[in-house]
This record gives sequence, C-alpha cells and structure tokens, in this order.
Amino acid sequence: MAKALDPHAAIVTEAAGPDEGGTLRTADGRPLKQALVRSSRRARRRAFLLVLPLLLFILITFVVPIGQMLQRSVKNDGFSANMPSLSAWFHENPRGTEPDDAAWAALAEDLQAAAKARTIGVVGTRINYDMPGTRSLFTSAGRKARSGVEPPYKEAILEMDQKWGDPKLWSVMREASSPYTSNFYLAAVDRTRDEQGDIVSAPAQQQIYVKLFMRTFWLSLVITFMTFLLGFPIAHLLATLPMRRSNLLMILVLLPFWTSLLVRTTAWMVLLQQQGVVNDVLVWLGVIGNNQRLQMIFNQTGTIIAMTHILLPFMILPLYSVMRTINPSYVRAARSLGATSWTAFRRIYFPQTLPGLGAGALLVFILAVGYYITPALVGGSSGQLISNMIAMHMTQTLNWSMAAALAALLLAGVLVLYWVYDRLVGIDNLKLG
Amino acid sequence: MVTAQPGNDAFVVFDHVQKSYDGQTLVVKDLNLTIGKGEFLTMLGPSGSGKTTCLMMLAGFETATHGEIRLDGKNINDVPPHKRGIGMVFQNYALFPHMTVGENLSFPLEVRGMTKSERESRIARALDMVQMGQFKNRRPAQLSGGQQQRIALARALVFDPKLVLMDEPLGALDKQLREHMQFEIKALHDRLGITVVYVTHDQGEALTMSDRIAVFNDGRIQQLAPPAVLYEQPENSFVAGFIGENNALRGKIEQLQDDKALVRLGNGDLIDATAVNIRETGQETTVSIRPERVEFKPELMPAGAHTLEAHVVDVIYMGDILRARLKVAGQDDFVMKYRNTLGQVKLTPGQTIRIGWHPEDARALDPV
Repeated sequence: MAKALDPHAAIVTEAAGPDEGGTLRTADGRPLKQALVRSSRRARRRAFLLVLPLLLFILITFVVPIGQMLQRSVKNDGFSANMPSLSAWFHENPRGTEPDDAAWAALAEDLQAAAKARTIGVVGTRINYDMPGTRSLFTSAGRKARSGVEPPYKEAILEMDQKWGDPKLWSVMREASSPYTSNFYLAAVDRTRDEQGDIVSAPAQQQIYVKLFMRTFWLSLVITFMTFLLGFPIAHLLATLPMRRSNLLMILVLLPFWTSLLVRTTAWMVLLQQQGVVNDVLVWLGVIGNNQRLQMIFNQTGTIIAMTHILLPFMILPLYSVMRTINPSYVRAARSLGATSWTAFRRIYFPQTLPGLGAGALLVFILAVGYYITPALVGGSSGQLISNMIAMHMTQTLNWSMAAALAALLLAGVLVLYWVYDRLVGIDNLKLG
Repeated sequence: MVTAQPGNDAFVVFDHVQKSYDGQTLVVKDLNLTIGKGEFLTMLGPSGSGKTTCLMMLAGFETATHGEIRLDGKNINDVPPHKRGIGMVFQNYALFPHMTVGENLSFPLEVRGMTKSERESRIARALDMVQMGQFKNRRPAQLSGGQQQRIALARALVFDPKLVLMDEPLGALDKQLREHMQFEIKALHDRLGITVVYVTHDQGEALTMSDRIAVFNDGRIQQLAPPAVLYEQPENSFVAGFIGENNALRGKIEQLQDDKALVRLGNGDLIDATAVNIRETGQETTVSIRPERVEFKPELMPAGAHTLEAHVVDVIYMGDILRARLKVAGQDDFVMKYRNTLGQVKLTPGQTIRIGWHPEDARALDPV
C-alpha cells in the first residue's frame, strides 16, 4: 500500500514544491492560490446569489433610508432653495458686511417670489429652527409682499416689521443660505451660533438635549444592570433544571413576547399608579398611609420598572444559551480542588458566563437607548428618553433635520460603546445563542 | 457499630452505604468496602451499576441516603467536598477553559492560601511529573486530549491529596494513547504511594492497573478481588461473563462431592467442574470455562477427564492466536482460543473434534 502511494506522493511534492519565485504551484504549473480561487469560485457565486435577496432588502429598507436620514441632519435647503437672490448676496459678501441696498432688494424680490410660489412658510420654518419665533415674521411679510413692495426696499420692509433690522436675524439667514449646516448637531448638544457666527452655549432654558442624552444613557445602564440582577438567577435555573420543567419556565420567560407591548406597558400602569394595585396592597397592609401613596409611575421609576420587565428576556436568553453549555463538572472540579461554593462561582462559573452576559448586556443596552413607546406611556416628564424627543421632532415640530441629528448622535454613542466593549471584552467573545 | 482504626487497612470505608435518588429504588444497595492506604482500587461495572454514584458520594457531590463513609478514620458524611482534600480527575478532564494550564494548577493552591513562591515550585514539580513543563502558558483548548489528560492528573495531584478519585479518565482517548496513559497512571501511583479509586467500565483497563477490582452490578459489589483471582476464579456468572471472554454451558448438577461436581448438559453429556456457588445435586447451573483453557489435543487433557464432541463452525485468524467457534452440546457459541505456534494443528470448519479441560478451570456457577 505504502509502495503504491509513493510515486504519487513524489509527483505531488515535486509539482507543489516552491519554484524560484517561492510560490507553490499545482501539477500543471499554475500558482496554487489561483487554482484555489478558481476551484471555489462556483461555490462562492452560488452562496452570493443565495444571500442576494436579503442583501437587496437590507440595502433598500435599511441602508438607504438611514443614509438619507443622516444626510438630512446636515442638509436643509428650505431657505437656500427658496431665497436664491438673497443667498447669492450672502455668498458674494463676507460675514460682517452690513446689509446694503442690494441686499434689501434681493430680500424684497425673494419675499415676493416665495409668497407667489407659496414656499414662504418653508423658509420661515427653516429660520425658525435656528431662531425661534421668526416663522410668523416671514409669513406676514409674505402676505404683505404679495401686493408688491416698492423701493426704497429697506424702509418698506422695516415698515412691515422692525424685527427685519435685527442683526441676529441676518446672521441666521446667512447660516441658512448654504444648504449644508452643522447647526442641527450644535443644537443637539445645546450649542448655538451668536451674531458673529461663533459657537456658544444655548440659553439656559433651551438646554435640554445634553441632559436628556445623559439621562438616556444612565437609565439604560440602570436597566441593563437590573436585567442582569434579575435575569442571571433565572437563566441559571433554566440551564440546570430538568428539561421538562425548564421548558415550562422558558415559556413563562417568553410569554411577554407573545403579548402586545402596549398591553404589557398599560398593565404596569394599572399596577403602579397611585390608585393602583401595588399602592392599594401597601395601604391595606399598613405599610404606608392612604395619603402617602407612592408615585411609582409617570416618572423615572416607572420607566425603569416597565423597561426592565420588557427587556428581561433579551438578557435571559443569551445567558441561558451560554450557561447550558457550561459542564457542571467544572464547578465540581473546583469544589474538589478545595474551593468554597462562592469561590467556585466567582472564579470558575461566572467568568464562563461572560460571553452570554456581554451579549445580553449589549443587546439590552442598545434596545434601551432607543426605546420609545414605554417611556412615552409610563415615563411622565422625568422618565422621557432621547427617542421621545426624536419622535416629537418627527411628528410634531416636523424638524426632521433635528430628529436626524439627535438620532445620529445616539447612533454614534452606541457605536463608541460597541468599540469600547470590543476593546475591553472582544466582540468575538459574544454569544447570542 | 465498629469504628475502623486509622491505619493501613482501612483508609476509606463504606459502611452499609445505601443511596436512592427517587425514594423508590436503591441505586446503591448496602455497600461495604474497605480500601487500604496506597491501594489502587477499581470500581468496574456496566453503566447504571452504581459505581459512579459511589465515587460521587466519596467525593462529596452526592449524599449517602443511609450508612457511613469514613476517610482516614473520620466520618465524612457531612464534610463538604472542598474540605475533604480529595483530588479528582473527571471524565471530560474539566480543565477550566478560561485559565491557562499554570492557572489551572495554581487554583487549588490559591484557595489554600499558599504563597506565590510555594505555588510556583509546586506547579513546576507537578508539571514535570507529567512531562508537561513547557505547556504552562497554554490554554486547555490548545492541548490534545492526551495532554489535557496529563494536566488534569497534575491538577488533581498538585495539592498532595490523601486520596485521588478518577472517573473514567481515559474514556475519551484513542486506544493507543489510552494504553500508554494506563501505564503512566500506574507508574505515578507506584512512585507517589497515593491511594487511588478508579472508576471504569473497561475491564481491560481495570485488569492492567488495579491492585483490587470491585465488580459492580445492580447496586451491589459482585466480587472484590485482585485481577488474577477475578479472572480465573469468578464467583458468579455475572463476573465470569463481564470480565474477559467466557463460555457458559447450561446443565444440572449430577453429582456433588466437596467442590467437585459432575454436570449433565442439555444433550446428556457429562462434564467435570468445580462447584463454586452450588449447594446440592439436581440444581440448575451454568458452567464457565475461559476459551484459552479449552484443549482439543488429547495429550494436553488430564487423564480420565470427560470430553465433549465439538463441531468446528468457523476459525478466525487473529495473528497471535486462533479463535475457533464450536458447536458443543447444542450451543454454537462455544469459543476456543489456541496459540498460533509453528506446526499448530489446522482446524477447518465442519471438522469434528473432542474438547476437554482441567476440572479447576470449569466453574459451576449460578444459572443465568
């Protein structure tokens, strides 16, 4: 047998041996790497065709909209597109130039054109983002301009409203004359531009976003920690119970997935409100007086409780799947080697659950950071998260650029955390199931 | 109840130990076993025979439902596993995957509060003992099965335990490596003088390594004896059938005189046998004969012994020996092994021969 193999082996080693260039070649002299690529090309093409529908789906429904949204956070041509003459004047004259007759003439021309095209509202809205309270200035000026504006334009426009002479307004209009702006990002971190165009803190009563970001991240951390505290023992129980009973318990864990999110959240309202079940029981037990009913909902406590409950399965499932693979003989070995049950848990069992814990924590945290419905329903005013603000800008103020900027910052924050996690723990240590 | 004296003869004592998991059936039924200091004792038996349960009770992972387990004269029923000071090697090695080899070995020393220098010297010594000195910084996943086995062994020995338990430690290795590790474990045992309780279902492993073997079946020890006694003088049909290859001939006791019995087989033939657990004539019995003790050349049979007619069914060539399947007394599963020497008689299927044996080699046991 060995003898029969020998000549064959000799050919292979001869042909595949390194040539002068040092590359391996196949029997017919082609480089080995090329041959390998060729031989696996067909399989790779098939695999690519199989994932192509999903790839297209993700591209169309996910990547493109997100890209457009991100673009919207830096681009808003509501002013520049509808006020072309004034925008041109801003481009020709550097910052600090007093508005001259040409500027007022351009303004008057643009106001008439915009009023005629019924886009004056869009222009006003755009300026209103950076300087609240100016939308009506544009709409009323547009109404008046429709009947014609006679020169001298400066006097005519100032007669409509003295506010047109405000240097701050001209500074804001100059900012808006370019379709691309960083103002939405500045606003998202409570900054604004003064008349000279320098970046300064926003007025104190308008500083809401930084605080909201901090609160969002802090509450998400608390919720993640709570799900860990509650989920770890349950996952351990699931992993160690006999199959039949652990399946039953697993159904209980998954039950929340089968009921509507709204139903679950409103159930918490029933339980936690001041005249709710929990307070009633506490009063009945005499723990608190009837006039001391606890405020457990419509504030941060409510947000934490309801979101911990809703996100718990996302912590339990990865933990469970990792714990199930940990052989009980590890802990037994540790015990036989002289470790107390606490030491065996701390040094042997717990470190082996880290991949599941990391996955669960990352999952819960990322979901919590972007959570919207639950804080909107049970959060009151102190339990609102940044996503509620994004939703408000999307649906009420219609400032989509602002919503996009806030969302982009949130995304960036999560990506940074993801990167930190990768550096500290390693993404390849992640086990989702 | 007698308390065992600490000493060479009673290092580990199982005293009327019973174990039940569900309160309805006993997994271990009245176990009495004394293990001497420095002894290599193997618990051998099919799966479900209670041997692993016994080991787990000794290690402290299971509690005895009834009875007492003593280690070095002290009752350890209520001593938690980490205070028993027993080294243990697990079937899957149970090396901690998130620690290096060195950290694995350091673990039992750290929990005992040893200083760093003391730990280092002990780890180095233990690794040298299993010839794994250069693998200190590897992770278990980077080692082969045999290497992991050695590390598991080193970890169980590094803190100088009084007793080492091994739960089928070689089950996952291939045949060649298994045989090599059997030899190494045995050599370590001889060198260190430790007491070893070894659990296996592999009878070959048990025979090569042990000082004594306890054969478990159905929650009881069927026989406790050194390997040679166990093989050559099985006390009941289970042991005879479980250890090595065995021929079982069914029949009735025709005559009984002291331990000499005359057995009439189903087809009316008579054979000589040694009575083992037979009390009276007329009793049903199974006669057990090892295949290599069967002779077919008249000059090798004892004078005056009864012989049986046998038809050769087939002959298998196994290299060092030849294995012939014979039809004897209506049973066609009778096996005879004979050495493959130069000029050995050639048997061919269909041939009729006469076979016989020394009466001491045929043991009349309980009927199966």
